[in-house]
Amino acid sequence: MSAGEIAAAFAAGRISATRIVEASLSRIRARDPLINAFTTITEERGRLRAQALDEARTRGEALPPLAGVPFAVKNLFDIAGLPTVAGSLINRDAPPATRDATLIELLEAAGAILLGALNMGEYAYDFTGENAHDGAARNPHDLARMTGGSSSGSAGAVAAGLVPFTLGSDTNGSIRVPSSLCGLFGLKPTYGRLSRARTFPFCASFDHVGPLARSARDLAITYDAMQGRDAADPVCAERDAEPVTPLLDRGLEGLRIAVAGGYFKCAAAEPVYALDRVAAALHANRDIEIPEAERARSAAFIITATEAASLHMPRLRTRAKDFDPATRDRLIAGAMLPAALVTNAQKFRRWYQQEVRKIFSEVDAILAPATPCPAPLIGQQTFRLGDADLPVRANLGIYTQPISFIGLPVVVVPVPLSPLPIGVQIIAAPWREDVALRIAHALETQGVAAAQRPPVEDH
Amino acid sequence: MLDLPVEPAWHAAIVFNLQLLFKHATFVDTFALADETEPGPVFRA
Repeated sequence: MSAGEIAAAFAAGRISATRIVEASLSRIRARDPLINAFTTITEERGRLRAQALDEARTRGEALPPLAGVPFAVKNLFDIAGLPTVAGSLINRDAPPATRDATLIELLEAAGAILLGALNMGEYAYDFTGENAHDGAARNPHDLARMTGGSSSGSAGAVAAGLVPFTLGSDTNGSIRVPSSLCGLFGLKPTYGRLSRARTFPFCASFDHVGPLARSARDLAITYDAMQGRDAADPVCAERDAEPVTPLLDRGLEGLRIAVAGGYFKCAAAEPVYALDRVAAALHANRDIEIPEAERARSAAFIITATEAASLHMPRLRTRAKDFDPATRDRLIAGAMLPAALVTNAQKFRRWYQQEVRKIFSEVDAILAPATPCPAPLIGQQTFRLGDADLPVRANLGIYTQPISFIGLPVVVVPVPLSPLPIGVQIIAAPWREDVALRIAHALETQGVAAAQRPPVEDH
Repeated sequence: MLDLPVEPAWHAAIVFNLQLLFKHATFVDTFALADETEPGPVFRA
């Protein structure tokens, strides 16, 4: 069941929160050994919360919108009583968090029930979902394949039906890449829209947080529960919540939708098929050029490496051998890049932001591929794109990096393909998540976008 | 100066990553920007 259906069933008295949680825990026990999505299951916490919700319903109290809905979070979100490991070995020695992340608090205030923490790429510096310490998360559509990263467990857990939604983070594509490879809906909101308070950072200039789910409506209802100001995150915008769920059924009327050209013209069959299918359904006949997108990706690449190096310098000095070598070597290289080159990248960022904003005077949304290929095999080093073999680890985010670089809101919609799904990005102007979600919902209604049920659900 | 413990076995991978970073940085650096262009990060006092 979707998050919306679970909340409706609980509110109508058709099912208890305890039964919902026990069913979810049972699925986790049966399927998680296959997909390696969970790193911690907060079983007792979930049961207590369910019991409290059941009692509240018995007393006739008003129920919040997500009452009874289980969820889980990428293990860079603080969970009180647990160390925030962020996919690392090193952080396992950190003291337990004393308070939940803001978004967990907001979701629980809305009635959702936390069931655990999820696997992720080490310190979020990852597009593959492979983790040297916890093992690779496995794609529920094909257990030999990557989930994508770094929100690997967040995607695997939803795709396998363990929980109806999860939280992930996205710095360069870490919600959008796994959503694409696992065939899910994913929302990377505008930079600053949702609070990152009490999450472990990666690259503060680009860090975003957001939900992954199996429908656009579930993205909308969970996103609405998390909006709002938060002084604990200095980047969190001084804006009131702007609920999107009531707008979902407005359809496409009045929306001007274009397809990203130039850099985003993909040479691989699956992304092209998916994009063409979505564009045709939306009557998006116009191509639009996002200027200097390739350079934007380069600038994102170097700012990421240097900010992340700055963050991890103390750990690199004292515990370098406890990093995954693939993470460590990139961080050390990032520490050596001259500051003038990084400042140039930040100046370019400002220029690029202003140029891309102009596009949104002509269109309301832009379509682009989410990933250059469907899920690669776990351990696969390169993939073919046009005439070139490209390294998987660095290049799964080639179409996502130029967008998060300037914080634009994006919804990834899954396009069912055999044998593996792939996603399409719907990119909107800053603070217009409503536009991207309306389009995603319309595509779902038309049957063009859908989260397919994978074979692992038979377990 | 950075005081990072770099073992000889790591050199090749670090050099590879540094060369990749320089390639991207050079690509950005060749783009002409006005002198008064502000860098991206926003500090709010």
